[in-house]
Amino acid sequence: SRSSPTAGARSLSLRQEIMKWNGWGYSDSRFLFNKKGQAEFTGKRYRLSGLILPSLKDWFEGTFGANLQHRSPATPSLNLSAVAPPNLNQPFVEDLKAAGLAVSHDPEDRVFRAHGHCLHEVFALREGRIGRVPDMVVWPSCHSDVEKIVELACKHNVCLIPYGGGTSVSSALECPREETRSIVSLDTSQMSRILWIDEKNLTAHVEAGIIGQDLERQLNERGYCTGHEPDSMEFSSLGGWVATRASGMKKNIYGNIEDLVVHIKMVTPRGVIEKSCLGPRMSTGPDIHHFILGSEGTLGVVTEVTLKIRPIPEYQKYGSVVFPNFQQGVACLREVARQRCAPASIRLMDNEQFQFGEFCFSLILLNFFLLKNFCFKGFDPQHLCVATLLFEGDRGKVLQHEKQVYDIAAKFGGLAAGEDNGQRGYMLTFVIAYLRDLGMDYYVIGESFETSVPWDRVLDLCRNVKERIVRECKERGVQCPPLSTSRVTQTYDAGACVYFYFAFNYRGLSDPVHVYEQVEHAAREEILANGGSLSHHHGVGKLRKEWMKESVSGVGLGMLKSVKEYVDPQNIFGNRNLL
Amino acid sequence: MFSVFIQPRHPVLKKRDDFEDVLEERRRSSDLRYALRCYTPTLYKGLVPCKASMLKSIVLQSDHLQYVIKQVSSESGDSAECVAEEASLILDEMAHRLQLSTIRFFAFTLSKAFKRLFRSVCVNEEGIQRLQQAVQEHPVVLLPSHRSYMDFLMMSYLLYMCDLPLPVIAAGMDFMSMKFVGEMLRMSGAFFIRRSFGGDKLYWAVFSEYVKTMLRNGYAPVEFFLEGTRSRTCKSLTPKMGLLNIVMEPFFKGELFDVNLVPVSISYERILEESLYARELLGVPKPKESTSGLLKARRVLSEDYGSMHVYFGHPVSLRSLAEGKINRSQYNLLPRYIPQKPRVDTHEFLNDAAFRLVRIQEENMVLKPWVLIATLLLQNPDGLELSFLTEQTDWLRHLALAFGAFLDWPNHEACSEVVSCSLALHRHLLSVSAGHVQLNVTDAPQDETTPEEAVFHRAVVVLSCASYRNQILHVFLRPALLAVAMQSANSNRKDDVYNCFNFLRNMFSNEFILCPGDSVQDFEEACYLLMKRGVLQVLEHEIVMSASGHSTLAFLCSVLDPFLQGYQVVCRCLCEETNENLTEKEFIPAVRSFALKLILAGRLKCCEALSSDLQKNALAALLRLKAVRKVKVGDQVTLKVNKIAVNSLEDTLGKSNVNQNSWCSSMAMLK
Repeated sequence: SRSSPTAGARSLSLRQEIMKWNGWGYSDSRFLFNKKGQAEFTGKRYRLSGLILPSLKDWFEGTFGANLQHRSPATPSLNLSAVAPPNLNQPFVEDLKAAGLAVSHDPEDRVFRAHGHCLHEVFALREGRIGRVPDMVVWPSCHSDVEKIVELACKHNVCLIPYGGGTSVSSALECPREETRSIVSLDTSQMSRILWIDEKNLTAHVEAGIIGQDLERQLNERGYCTGHEPDSMEFSSLGGWVATRASGMKKNIYGNIEDLVVHIKMVTPRGVIEKSCLGPRMSTGPDIHHFILGSEGTLGVVTEVTLKIRPIPEYQKYGSVVFPNFQQGVACLREVARQRCAPASIRLMDNEQFQFGEFCFSLILLNFFLLKNFCFKGFDPQHLCVATLLFEGDRGKVLQHEKQVYDIAAKFGGLAAGEDNGQRGYMLTFVIAYLRDLGMDYYVIGESFETSVPWDRVLDLCRNVKERIVRECKERGVQCPPLSTSRVTQTYDAGACVYFYFAFNYRGLSDPVHVYEQVEHAAREEILANGGSLSHHHGVGKLRKEWMKESVSGVGLGMLKSVKEYVDPQNIFGNRNLL
Repeated sequence: MFSVFIQPRHPVLKKRDDFEDVLEERRRSSDLRYALRCYTPTLYKGLVPCKASMLKSIVLQSDHLQYVIKQVSSESGDSAECVAEEASLILDEMAHRLQLSTIRFFAFTLSKAFKRLFRSVCVNEEGIQRLQQAVQEHPVVLLPSHRSYMDFLMMSYLLYMCDLPLPVIAAGMDFMSMKFVGEMLRMSGAFFIRRSFGGDKLYWAVFSEYVKTMLRNGYAPVEFFLEGTRSRTCKSLTPKMGLLNIVMEPFFKGELFDVNLVPVSISYERILEESLYARELLGVPKPKESTSGLLKARRVLSEDYGSMHVYFGHPVSLRSLAEGKINRSQYNLLPRYIPQKPRVDTHEFLNDAAFRLVRIQEENMVLKPWVLIATLLLQNPDGLELSFLTEQTDWLRHLALAFGAFLDWPNHEACSEVVSCSLALHRHLLSVSAGHVQLNVTDAPQDETTPEEAVFHRAVVVLSCASYRNQILHVFLRPALLAVAMQSANSNRKDDVYNCFNFLRNMFSNEFILCPGDSVQDFEEACYLLMKRGVLQVLEHEIVMSASGHSTLAFLCSVLDPFLQGYQVVCRCLCEETNENLTEKEFIPAVRSFALKLILAGRLKCCEALSSDLQKNALAALLRLKAVRKVKVGDQVTLKVNKIAVNSLEDTLGKSNVNQNSWCSSMAMLK
């Protein structure tokens, strides 16, 4: 039921074919426990691929009280009959086809675009439960295609939901239940070209559907990079970054998405919004980019973006530091931020995460190092924590920079623990999302969430949220204590970004997802009560909407609503995120 | 309002723990060995208490104190070093210097003393176990009731005995003037705070930071008295908010995940300070705390004070208490070291929490049979036949139990036996002759005593006795308010009765522990209890007395009678006061002499009107109800009386006081 336009147009290139329909990432890459009970990571795509991880089982069983005998496998394939027939707006479909646009109402295409990666979304898919899905998918191939689609959508009053990489973790892609119109998923994946590179001004003009890793690879081929590396960069799209105010691992050098964009073009029901020049900064009233950044698909479709680019750094070096405890680690990060000498990336894992890395990935070096040097220096394996570092730039400066950071670390009792450990830490970033699928095969569910918080509250917030999670789980009948850990992933002048990972064994619970959601809700309340923000970069979506008013004040919310009212009075972009 | 029967509290169903006598063991084994035994307390997160010097430097270096030092310095023009020095001196004056050796000394001497004073010291074992658990989970705040100097010595003694961490205790500065003893107390964990430091920012900052530091770091449980001072009447006092706010703030500001608040009820069969208190209430000034005074108290050691009960209540999680009531994000927009006045909602919460905690203290307070007897004797100033007294005591016992009183009634003992034991223990307050029991009020006055002295002599006995009756007031309070309300409403309509109830509750909310805003709940509770007892029938719109209910209602009315009379006397006194510029200081002497005149003239029988506590509470109520205003003139605070308002309050009280209608009319004639 996919229909591509005939002559002259490109055929669709869809990543969907090589991706899981009910889990994270590529179909060929997954964790599993082999017959010997050893964990392995399949496929060939990652450095960890093909690796056997003998101690993951022990960690897994020990931490969650899980058992490899107790399996909770996913439904193997999508049951097409579970997908409701599409509610098509026929005149709209005809007009789209007449305009030569690629469309589909194939159930697999529709289900694939009906979700992000929130726990409840993936859990439902694994159980074969399919809720409301888009009625059709349309693939524009350029800015003017989008203009056409939006114009027709207004004309026929259908609901459009822009779709980029599908990595949302805020229920942003969920179809609103109350929507009665035909819902059309507008997939930007075919708009993925770098339109031009301006080496004089170090900018690139790129179509918004491009996926992070493709953008970076293509720029690298020309000797450049954007340096924007969110953990989801393998799958997330430029347009998605803009729409959620994304943040990249190396923001200390390159900045977050709002620092990287020079120009944005967005198609709205009112027409196209864009600035008239590429000036690096303007004083022309409130920055209209900031209505677009973080608009979460409620105002229109970002079609083209002009981004800053940088020459590929000459030299990269990883590093790691072990601290006797989390407090010392945070104090060190705070000092690094005070001196404004943060490396491209600096992250601090707490003890639980350190133990996880230790166990699962057998950081043998670190082990050795610990035994040799640390034990008699008062490092307690039950308290120590580790920071991973990434330096970038010219060689001389990197080495100088590295020394500066290690000197600061030493003042807080931090000891350098080698490059390899640092590199492994960053490698883990990309595979960690695959681990959740493994957990779900054995009655373990989990999720991560994030916040940003002033420096002086980091420790209190981490402690209180972690404890709240443990307590809420207990109160809701979770049998084993949950995994409740935090890490500091970004430093700013005035605060930090904090991530929480939280997972538990749900055997014996009748409605695990509901329990999970209640705990996450409580954790978010705790974050807000402790001076944390509603979100640092995941966005609000529908998951965190209830706290928007509290977060930005009634007037603030009113301002946003009035913009929506003006730009999209018919609520064509009706995903109902944010507001 | 009444269509929904608000979930009644069921005090009767409250399960309480059993007691164990901790002195029993002490009577069997060596006190010295006990004092020197290995003490290994359970600790919060395994933290070892930090040294006093370390604590001091943490406090002085804290952002909060540094901020206030700078602020005070810029306001006063003194150098920051100078202000910091002052802060350091304040801290020296305040800080505890807890030493295990001093504790051991106390463990030894107190063992000796307690064994002489008390027949038994009973503690609820389960409460101790709960506390042991609580101490490991979150920082703990101990909130004992305060009836005697003995209270905090006993607390530390018990905690030492049970291998619990020793608390640091907020004590009033007046102790410190006792040369040697002050220092001893300091070394056993007391820290000293000035009684009043109104606007002294620096003092407040040092004090609050000191307490918070101890709490935040979990070094030791913090102990203080919600009531602020010893209750001279054995009625719980209206709680003070200052310290409670300080210990709650670290939670509000996210510095602590939770705080365990542990109410502790300490009750005495006979209070050491019994007659001292009565004298104090009658205006014989309290002797300044002095070492020699304490030595004189040695006489005290030779007397029998019966038994003592300490009940450790369930730890109350501050987090659960504040759930849905405090929006902690209100603290997000200001650096946390900058002191903030509590907002209105925080203040309401504090108030509410404080009242609830005091209520828990009240409910867990053990009552001895004597309390029932004292109640009856006060209601019958001319005395009773012993057999009738016994019968009445038994009746009252059942009523009290039905209302949820925590009565320590000896098992398998005849009521007469119990009564005579109690009478023996309190013989100095009574005279028993030929089977007739009477309060010791009509002692043949010696020749040289003036009539005034005779009245005061009588009043000492009455107020001493009242301090026992007061212990059980919280049990009867709500039904008694209802009983009086029914009498004065002159109507069976529920709404009318409720209005009267509400008026009385409002009038007496400085006198008794009545949680603000709980009016409807209290009313429902009173109805429920009396209905269950078969005294009332509560219909949809009416409240009807049952045929058999009269005696109970009459009893309940007389429970409140002294207070109704006392408040009327205060009102009348203010109305008849001719001095337009009556100062606050002159108020108590004025009321006292007014009441004395009435008593001498035979127009007032109730000696309790002489109690300065009652007089102060009445004034506080009148101020709250805006019938009296305070006006500051120069250094003096004068009381401006709205005579019309006070008069009308008095009238309304008079209507409630049917028993005394004759008295009222005689007053009218007097005019």
